[in-house]
Amino acid sequence: MEAESEGRTGLLFRMEGISKRYGGVRALENADLPVTAGRIHAILGENGAGKSTLIKVMAGVVAPDEGRMLMDGREVRFSSPADANAAGIACIFQELSLIPDLSVADNIAISDPPRRFGLIDRRAQRRIAEEALARAGASDIHPRTLVKDLPLSRRQMVEIAKALARNPRILILDEATSALTATDVTKVFSVLKRLRAEGLALLYISHRMHEIAELADECTVFRNGRKVATYQAGTRTDTEVIEMMIGREYSNVFPPKPARAATAETPPLELKKLGWTGRLRDISLTVGRGEVVGLGGLDGQGQRELLLALFGVLRGCTGEVLVDGKPVSISSPAAARKRGVGMALIPEDRKTEGLMLPMTVRENLSFAVLDRISRAGIIDHAEENRLIDEMVKLLAIKTAGVDIPVGALSGGNQQKVVIAKWLMRQPRIILLNDPTRGIDVGTKQELYQLLRRLADAGASILFYSTDYDELIGCCDRVLVLYDGRVVRTLEGDGITEHALIASALNIDGPTSKGEAA
Amino acid sequence: MKEWRYLIAEQRSTLLAIGIFALMFFIYLVNHPAIEGNGFTATAVSNVSQTAANKAVLLAFVAMAQTLVVITAGIDLSVGMIFILTNCLASWLVVGTPLETAFGVVVVLGVGLLCGALNGLIVIVGRLQPIVATIATGSIYFGLALMLRPYPGGSVNEDLADALTGRLFGFIPSSLVALAVVVLVIWVPFSRSLLGRTAYASGSSEAAAYMSGVPIGKAKFLAYTLAGLLASIGGLFLTFFTYTGEAALASGNAYTLFSIAAVVLGGVSLFGGKGSAIGAIFGALAFRTIGDLLFVFDFDPLWQPLFQGVVLLVAVSLGAFALFRVRNRLEWFQ
Repeated sequence: MEAESEGRTGLLFRMEGISKRYGGVRALENADLPVTAGRIHAILGENGAGKSTLIKVMAGVVAPDEGRMLMDGREVRFSSPADANAAGIACIFQELSLIPDLSVADNIAISDPPRRFGLIDRRAQRRIAEEALARAGASDIHPRTLVKDLPLSRRQMVEIAKALARNPRILILDEATSALTATDVTKVFSVLKRLRAEGLALLYISHRMHEIAELADECTVFRNGRKVATYQAGTRTDTEVIEMMIGREYSNVFPPKPARAATAETPPLELKKLGWTGRLRDISLTVGRGEVVGLGGLDGQGQRELLLALFGVLRGCTGEVLVDGKPVSISSPAAARKRGVGMALIPEDRKTEGLMLPMTVRENLSFAVLDRISRAGIIDHAEENRLIDEMVKLLAIKTAGVDIPVGALSGGNQQKVVIAKWLMRQPRIILLNDPTRGIDVGTKQELYQLLRRLADAGASILFYSTDYDELIGCCDRVLVLYDGRVVRTLEGDGITEHALIASALNIDGPTSKGEAA
Repeated sequence: MKEWRYLIAEQRSTLLAIGIFALMFFIYLVNHPAIEGNGFTATAVSNVSQTAANKAVLLAFVAMAQTLVVITAGIDLSVGMIFILTNCLASWLVVGTPLETAFGVVVVLGVGLLCGALNGLIVIVGRLQPIVATIATGSIYFGLALMLRPYPGGSVNEDLADALTGRLFGFIPSSLVALAVVVLVIWVPFSRSLLGRTAYASGSSEAAAYMSGVPIGKAKFLAYTLAGLLASIGGLFLTFFTYTGEAALASGNAYTLFSIAAVVLGGVSLFGGKGSAIGAIFGALAFRTIGDLLFVFDFDPLWQPLFQGVVLLVAVSLGAFALFRVRNRLEWFQ
């Protein structure tokens, strides 16, 4: 297999000595990268390690300060994404490149739509879109749907179809699976393997170690803008790889779960037969004091809606929500965060629902507590600074200062700001909607520990994640949703990958009723 | 979902604009003295429509111009002034022998194109905010108009003017036919071209459009330039209707503002990326009809601005009714 693919393919693209600085920060330093046809090359590294810059250079988004790129042995220069496209490089960015107000077909064909007499031929375009969607294993998406009407995971599939429609020679996937559901990931993997067999070169960036183990032929690790090593897949252990990435020793990812005793205490949060327009049905659950309850299942089974319903975003909910045993009616996020309820929601899309990107870290953080730190409508700046300093320290937010735009921070640090913003209100009930999407290993680890610390301090946490490892590692209990219902509750040692997948697909397995450890 | 449902969903805002117009125009027709007296005869309807059409196409052209720019998430506050400038220019040039007249028309349209291109260059290359850039250029265009026509006056080739403002085959208002031709020649190719789609894309999400490698700069430039052209077609028709040129500041400003109202009424999103010129045309027609309703109801003309404002507010609110059905409050902000 190894020798065979070596013989059939050759070096397609090469980066030599590429450097890029932003102001005083070295984003990339003297990077070399060989890209071979018919291979999947994984790029690893924490956020801020230089991976994104590397890809942006390849995709023609930023011009390098030094170094050169060779394609088929000839030097190439890209001054725009269009140049890179023309050379056969297609990129699936973490920041989606889809146009929300255009249809799926329009988006797939956007860079070079089929034309007759200079006008776009919609029928031919439709065919191209259908083919590309089928090639990406997403023929369930209708080409006429507007992109903005699709959920995130479907949009990502459209993004993949769009890249494939250009028939690229090199396909770059930057965290392309972070928004996908487990079933979609499986589909995408088989597509990627087929493309590899067809002779494409694939660059694969992911924070999910088991994905890399399954896909990659070779791996390159970056740290602080420099290449650490390139090695054949399977020649290093996970721990070795992670230590290369973070540059220090790597201990247990997940903090230990404390023993929980059955208690008669009134749970801070209780739902009774919550329903909403057929998307949520008869959901009853409790979240105890100090408990981390996970929401599992395939993506789109009502987990997000459940969190939004609790936070007062959805209209027309039926059933009852009890806080501290008392029924409450939460009609808006403003009501949900009030003192009596004390709820916080860490949203799925930090860029639109969590942060105001052009505003500073300080402004973003103090939004949540303006009412508490102002007297007679005037903000008490000393108090504001004190609270913000405390949060920046508590969460170890890496920022050049609190007065720079939050959009300038790395993804992981942005997410920390979102969480910090809500922690400033000292919430008692914390809802998290897939909070570690596209975040590096180091930050993830910090977040897991933070969650457990918050729970130990008495918070009740309801945690939705598309990453099964997280649910297994973080949660005291996991409720698996299917078609808007809770189909299974897993507890303690009963939370296993097998049990999660089996119940997510609603396959009847042996009922593992693991007792709380 | 069935195919036809997608079609309806895609055209929803345009259909709504057509509906609003049809309703307004029906109310207008049945209350019009010429029809109340004679009943629904072909001649009476045709007479009334011709007068109404001639007034409304002016705004329709300017609204189309505005649409192109608004689609790119910009705004053009100079359309009304290009409209006035080309009116003044036409009152000098669109006269004489057929050849001279044809030359005049070409020059007038060329000047409109240039004005639009200048707006485009300033916004794209100069990276100025469209709103400020076009306030400035609008003022320049009006200044030029004043130099051309310090006092109202001039003339126009009356044969051409009468042909384009009269009726075709005795009952179709020719100005509407001209409008339809402009739609076919400018809007349809634009909306179905790569650059037109790029204009939508950059209005919807400029960063995503850039990442997709589409020619954003060219598309925006084309949108502003065609907007200038469309405004000058409006200016030309203004000359055909009035037979004179006049550098009227109030009129220029009114057309600019009304074009924005018409565009919104026609379902074009001011945030960009959504809507069509067809919708905007019906928005313009509806807006004009709203103004004329007063006339048929015999109200004091002093009431017109107030009345027009109220009806406009109601009409624009129709588009917002869908929000009451929203079950997920986050959709309010999309």
